Amino acid sequence: MTHAPSLSPTSPAATTTGGFFARFRSAPSEPSFAKRVQFSSPYLPYLFLAPQMAIIFIFFYWPSVQAIQSSFYLEDPFGFGSTFVGTSNYTDVLKSGEYLGIARFTAIFTAAVTFFSLAIGLLLAVKADGVIRGNATYKTLLIWVYAIAPPVAGLMGMMMFDQHIGPLVRFVGLFGWDMKVGLNYNDTAAAMIIVSVWKQIPYNFIFFLSGLQGIPVSVREAALMDCRSGFRRFWTVILPLLAPTAFFLLIINTTYALFDTFGVIDVMVKDKAANNPITLVYKVYMDGFRGNDLGGSSAQSVILMIIVFVLTIFQFRFIERRVHYN
Amino acid sequence: MQRVKLFNHFILLMGVFIMVGPLVVALMTSSHEAADIHRNGLSLLPGGHFVETYTKVLTKEGGFTGKITGLRMMMNSLILGIGFAVGKIALSMLAAYALVYFRFRFATILFWMIFTTLLLPLEVRILPSYEVMNTLHLTNTYTGLIVPLLASATGTFYFRQFFKSIPDELLEAARIDGAGPFKFFIDVIVPLSKTMMAAIFIIMFVYGWNQYLWPTLMTTDESFFTLVRGIKQILLVWVGSNIPDYNEAFALAILAMVPPVMIVMIFQRWFIKGLTESDK
Repeated sequence: MTHAPSLSPTSPAATTTGGFFARFRSAPSEPSFAKRVQFSSPYLPYLFLAPQMAIIFIFFYWPSVQAIQSSFYLEDPFGFGSTFVGTSNYTDVLKSGEYLGIARFTAIFTAAVTFFSLAIGLLLAVKADGVIRGNATYKTLLIWVYAIAPPVAGLMGMMMFDQHIGPLVRFVGLFGWDMKVGLNYNDTAAAMIIVSVWKQIPYNFIFFLSGLQGIPVSVREAALMDCRSGFRRFWTVILPLLAPTAFFLLIINTTYALFDTFGVIDVMVKDKAANNPITLVYKVYMDGFRGNDLGGSSAQSVILMIIVFVLTIFQFRFIERRVHYN
Repeated sequence: MQRVKLFNHFILLMGVFIMVGPLVVALMTSSHEAADIHRNGLSLLPGGHFVETYTKVLTKEGGFTGKITGLRMMMNSLILGIGFAVGKIALSMLAAYALVYFRFRFATILFWMIFTTLLLPLEVRILPSYEVMNTLHLTNTYTGLIVPLLASATGTFYFRQFFKSIPDELLEAARIDGAGPFKFFIDVIVPLSKTMMAAIFIIMFVYGWNQYLWPTLMTTDESFFTLVRGIKQILLVWVGSNIPDYNEAFALAILAMVPPVMIVMIFQRWFIKGLTESDK
């Protein structure tokens, strides 16, 4: 996390990359807080910070430490204390074929959701940027799904893929695909991916569109003079300028696919997780609340925490270097 | 050129069809009778039972204990959405104000402690969080529903970025005029932050309203169910019955999405601004 990317605030696309990116970018290398003049008071800043710190301590640090601690213990199922078992919770989890299968599915699911929602969001943003008439209407109609909660999206998906009344089941039936969501593993996975992508398109659309609109007219005109092919102009001029936005969205979408899709999955598998695809987060929930396996669930939580950390660092170390900023 | 434009519109219309289609279908289908839907499938045309279905969903006492109505769930959702948004704005403005406008010893370490919360979403620490809530006896309370969700620093960072963009001259001028930290905050910072507060409120309200996992863990007492939390219960009842109440399920889904969708659409400009420009 020490590798803080340096974005020039004046670069057109960079200004639209949003707060999430900003907090990564400015946080690590910036202990000074920018103001030349400041108040100094022995107690006031602590007073102002107290509510936030209290909540963070009670509801963030305490549970996080508990998760790490209980991942080394085996909880008695009847509540008669717990025994220290070292790392056996971890080895049990990592040796389990079921867990590895779920991890594999999570990877595929995340990659698919991220790729398709980014691609479709970008396509729609480019087209919306290209038309003049109806621009605002398209924008409104395309973004409102953003406000729908994931489980509600899941419910809509269940209806669309319903065995009796689902129009999408009939539609794919025309191509000879006998889709059985909830019964067939691959069909359920496909439906989950479609619903999760659908829910995320508006978010990517908003960011790509405002990224595109942040590109100065002079740059576009220069590109237009240099290059007649619209497709090449897009690849060589527009896309590199959108790279910071795309990079930011990559992180957001990965996090979305890993964590926020919980509601979609929970509604679509309807507690029958046995033959259905689930993600790692769902497994943590299943083991902790349905299976009452506190130690195993905590070990999985810690593994997830590590994955999140590694992903964040990986994205900054490697992808960041290939992103063109100016 | 003309053909390119037509093609653009074609792609956009496809997009609109995919994004809006399911919602239209849900709205229209919810106004038909369950048996009708079961026989004829989903519908694109309005049926005659709109008022009937929605009145029933809003006022009929349902759930396992038979005590929860749609109206009650809607009220709980509003409490969660508004409580969360207001709490978030209050907490994060104060914290960001302290971080930006004060010089104090532990600034860096406190800043880092807040920053770390962004790396670990609630979903990775659900079980221990639940245990903590149990220890504190906060399950099935509004406090337990709202306050733990505030333990993330998104708002603090939005406001920190924003405060940093406020010119230093304002503080200099205020100090010459003899304003202290409280006066400066209330008379200068709060009025300047109005747009920012509105934008954050919209984003956070939608976020709070749409919470699912945390309410699922926190509330077992049905009188605390939010609409989004109730969705799965509806599905469970629905799956068990002979002729599923598709219409009621759709009606509840519509109710669960109307307030956040309306807010996003009405305040679209603020919302997009808050989302994409909070960096500046």
